[in-house]
Amino acid sequence: MTKIPLQFRHNGRDVAIFVDGGTNLLVALRELIGDMTPKFGCGQGGCGTCSVLIDGELHLSCLTLAETVAGRSVETLDGMKQGPNLHPLQRAFADNFAAQCGYCTPGMLMAAKALLDRNPAPSRADVIEAISGNICRCTGYEPIINAILAAAGGRASA
Amino acid sequence: MAVTVKTFANASEAAGALSSDRSARYLGGGTLVMRALNEGDVSISTIVRARDQALTRIDASSPRITLGAGVTFARVLAERDLAFLHAPARSIGGPAVRNMGTVGGNLFAPNPYGDFTVALLALDATIAVQGGFGSRDIPIEEFLQGRERQAGTLVLSVSCTRPASSEAFRYRKIARIKPKGGSVITLAAHLPVSGGRIAGARIALGSMAPTQIRARAVERALEGRSLDAATIAAAASAATEGTSPSDNALGSAWYRREIVGVHLRRLLSGQE
Repeated sequence: MTKIPLQFRHNGRDVAIFVDGGTNLLVALRELIGDMTPKFGCGQGGCGTCSVLIDGELHLSCLTLAETVAGRSVETLDGMKQGPNLHPLQRAFADNFAAQCGYCTPGMLMAAKALLDRNPAPSRADVIEAISGNICRCTGYEPIINAILAAAGGRASA
Repeated sequence: MAVTVKTFANASEAAGALSSDRSARYLGGGTLVMRALNEGDVSISTIVRARDQALTRIDASSPRITLGAGVTFARVLAERDLAFLHAPARSIGGPAVRNMGTVGGNLFAPNPYGDFTVALLALDATIAVQGGFGSRDIPIEEFLQGRERQAGTLVLSVSCTRPASSEAFRYRKIARIKPKGGSVITLAAHLPVSGGRIAGARIALGSMAPTQIRARAVERALEGRSLDAATIAAAASAATEGTSPSDNALGSAWYRREIVGVHLRRLLSGQE
């Protein structure tokens, strides 16, 4: 089977790879680009840990055909930190104990970023809705909700 | 296993490719077809896509609205003129699924999904499809009854008439997980009122049969009556008639039969 050439922006950097027909974006990111931040959870759209931003919109990379992102911008957790500094959301997750086993954290952070990019001052209900597609089996969600609200508050006062 | 991906500039070319290849599936938002590939579904060897702008068009300006098959639930939610469809659109998935999942794809979503289609069934939507034979309009009920045979056709758009008021169209989804989760049952009711009496009631149920179905016995109990306590009680007691729910992880067939009348009564009496 012939490989398909694919070019897109990955965390602000142009990448060019060859994918097999039917390859999903998660496999392309992890196995072909080496960005291990998006995780494989369910492969069904139920868990959200593979979440990435495509042109700023939250998508599930495991359900995205890789070649559909040609010419588009894909952001993953790997692109979130600013140089040596953690992103305010990452800082807030650490400060609020929002990560335990950490497997859901990449998806939670991308869902939270998608929310705050559009709504810098979300209500608690907005936050719950924003992470409703992301499953966490450790924290009971409260620390994650608090972390996102803290990051939003911090941003608002800065 | 690698599959062949065929991308076309317009929908009719894509429909041609779809109708000529039994192992081809049309890729919309990916929440059904990519999921099937991830699960190792070997019956799919070709993926067909179309970049046709017509597939993502929304026409919400007139009394009869039309949604391109590729319109996502996020776009439905962003459209103020589609407020009557916001409750069903919001009841689907989390934000990522709503950014991906499409109106056309939802017509093919098996239980416990396909909630938007329940709303469209109550609204008596028309489905525009294109096959090898050309395009035609199919009433949604007929489309759903023959859903297994629709694999070779491409859905172009869905259209329906806007309900006369927000009271005239009601929707309720019962899920185990809030605000997101598969449907235990889903209910939608279109209740046009003429001279204080219901005229042309359409009640649709999700997860109460292999596909979304109309509750005809409920419709008969409502037709020509005013929506008072006696009518609602009669309608609720007819809720299980003609249904054939099954067991799944979200609920048993028995449980679904037990609760459908309760939720129908709440829907009709306007309770939260």
